[in-house]
Amino acid sequence: MDATTDLSLATQDHFALLGFPRSFSLDQHALELAWKRVALAVHPDRFATRSAAEKRVAMQWSSQANEAYRILKDPMSRARYLCELAGVDLQVETNTAMSPDFLFRQMTWHEQLDALLEESHDSHARELAYQGLIAELSQAENEMVLEVGDLLDHNRFDQAASCVREWMFLNKMIAQLRAID
Amino acid sequence: MALLQISEPGESPAPHQRRLAVGIDLGTTHSLVAAVRSSVPEVLADETGKALVPSAVFIEECGQALVGNQALSKQEAFPLDTLVSIKRLMGRSYSEALKSGMPYEFVEDGQSMRVKTRHAALSPVEIAAKILEKLKLLAEGTLGDALVGAVITVPAYFDDAQRQATRDAARLAGLNVLRLLNEPTAAAIAYGLDHGSEGVYAVYDLGGGTFDVSLLRLARGVFEVIATGGDTRLGGDDFDALIADDFIKARQLTNVSHQTRRTLLSASRRLREALTDLSEHVESVVIDGQTDALTLTREAFEQIAEPLISRTISCVQQALKDASLTTQDIKGVVMVGGATRMPIVRRRVGDVFGSTPLTDLDPDQVVALGAALQANLLAGNRHPGEDWLLLDVTPLTLGLETMGGLVEHIIPRNSTIPVARAQEFTTFKDGQTALAVHVVQGERDLVSDCRSLARFELRGIPAMVAGAAKIRVTFQVDADGLLSVSARELGSGVEASVTVKPSFGLSDDEISRMLTEGMSKAGVDAQMRMLREQQVDAQQLIESVKAALAADADLLSAAEQTRIAQQLNVTTKAAAGEDVDAIRVAIKALSAVTDDFAARRMDRSIRAALTGRSLEDL
Repeated sequence: MDATTDLSLATQDHFALLGFPRSFSLDQHALELAWKRVALAVHPDRFATRSAAEKRVAMQWSSQANEAYRILKDPMSRARYLCELAGVDLQVETNTAMSPDFLFRQMTWHEQLDALLEESHDSHARELAYQGLIAELSQAENEMVLEVGDLLDHNRFDQAASCVREWMFLNKMIAQLRAID
Repeated sequence: MALLQISEPGESPAPHQRRLAVGIDLGTTHSLVAAVRSSVPEVLADETGKALVPSAVFIEECGQALVGNQALSKQEAFPLDTLVSIKRLMGRSYSEALKSGMPYEFVEDGQSMRVKTRHAALSPVEIAAKILEKLKLLAEGTLGDALVGAVITVPAYFDDAQRQATRDAARLAGLNVLRLLNEPTAAAIAYGLDHGSEGVYAVYDLGGGTFDVSLLRLARGVFEVIATGGDTRLGGDDFDALIADDFIKARQLTNVSHQTRRTLLSASRRLREALTDLSEHVESVVIDGQTDALTLTREAFEQIAEPLISRTISCVQQALKDASLTTQDIKGVVMVGGATRMPIVRRRVGDVFGSTPLTDLDPDQVVALGAALQANLLAGNRHPGEDWLLLDVTPLTLGLETMGGLVEHIIPRNSTIPVARAQEFTTFKDGQTALAVHVVQGERDLVSDCRSLARFELRGIPAMVAGAAKIRVTFQVDADGLLSVSARELGSGVEASVTVKPSFGLSDDEISRMLTEGMSKAGVDAQMRMLREQQVDAQQLIESVKAALAADADLLSAAEQTRIAQQLNVTTKAAAGEDVDAIRVAIKALSAVTDDFAARRMDRSIRAALTGRSLEDL
């Protein structure tokens, strides 16, 4: 394929496609409306009687629109995507460096979790401890989202990337905790 | 053939250019065809005035097929030659067919299988095609013209092989498939448009052989499926089998023949249907010349049925969990499928959702009606103000086999389609020059627990140390829910791809061979008609290419323009002649040289459409 027929649309970023500025903070409802507006314009159902080649183009645009919405609607994947657009690799697999402050908090959370798991006799106390820990972690996550958003919206992508890694860690811990229940 | 007028999307063609399109519900027990006539969808009745065509095919001695009630009337005398519930075998392997417990003779046929009757051995695709052919003739007879296309419904939980098989059957029946549409989604269209509903609705669809549940958000003309779940081996048939098994156990019957089993299944079904209105019923059966009676109270039946109902409720709960919703978020639950007439089903579903299920549209017809509405929309017949969009999802997770027989998930279930997702892999050994790609579908982590869809190899990877090659595997699921997979080594550009299908369905070659065979048997009139159709098709293509050149020639290089001009000449000459095959070849060639051009024009028009709209337009 030569350049003109390469319809992979690599140049079209998710924000541009849905008509939003590159920014962490966005209105979820407006995003959903924008997705549906684009979907309505490009969905293969709009071109059901066209030739196979034309339908293929519609399918590619439509896939792109769905992917854009999926990435942008979730705050964490939106943050990761913004770092990626800025050329900052999150190094999720390789980079495990975290701030001393976060490591310390992480340690205390783990201690609370272990204590919780050992508290097998008193189910009421266990429930209280469980709810307390969930609340504390959710609170920490909320603060982290604000911090990531602030860093991203001020183009401080390197700091944002390390903050996103901590956020991913925290998010995973919350998911594990919910799975225990 | 009706002239294909290509109008801009959003524009309604003039009334005399209306393009006939139908919705077909290819059911396990019954099939229906419906069309929008005078703005209202209606089911088309057959010559005897019946709307439901039994999904039964009887193979005569000459190899010809009887379909529907005519076929069903042969069932008692020839149970092995009267093929029913064939939908349960679509896209299934030989071993799966054996496990189905269906009282037929199966023969292995490569990866797939055939059902053996006295006079023929047919694949499920061919059998389904006979039913579709009958519905096509019925529609063309009633509507008075050839069809532009059809929307065929499939259970939402159908996997890729089952969808491919359904599409193959439609093509074999000579239908142009505008879309494969999920049955619960079709029902939601019929309900949503009829009631002007907004909010989140559940569709509980228990048919003859399959169960689906879909959760949809209806808002401002968009039907967005949020989650779907189900079981393609759970339907009315399974309740009948439990009743029959119960009888066999009670009478201590051994070595039950296919004939006896069929007799018992049919009697069980009549019994079950009677218990919808009665609290007790008796069906007499003749087994090996002896008359016996199947007796059941509704209470006893409901005890037998309970485990199956519980399975459907588990699917409902999983779908709610996937959607992060509770029953309180659901505004209403729509009942679809004949098996939802059973009082126990309505009661249990009502209890789960805490509301009375919606049953005001006929549960047997609602899927076909929704499909007809969608077919009319896709064919371009919509009127101003009459517009909606469906956003459906993949029912099952799609993935690849990786080291140790584990599955790497690429597209999770409940992803909005169309969807494309890519993932990078690398080589495992030094100097490895080929990579085996094994595509699987299912929720489990082990390959052995998932359904194998296709295998292909990427060859010619330059020899490198282990882990140095970068191979991107791309999954693309189209709006029909059908998957294609491609792999590309990024350094060398080596590529391989596969449209997932050969595992169980017919290959494209097989389908075109069967279609050609059918045509060569056609009479002189039909051949004349074919010639005229090809000439018209050629003329239309020539006109549209000329119009495209006039509008967007700047998208083409000089060399491309020359190539197209040459092929335009060739095709124009062929169209003036009488050689059907030559015209067909010339049409194909002109399409081929203008494919990229059509794609670029499409891309340009979409870009223009996207920049031209504002946020408030929806």
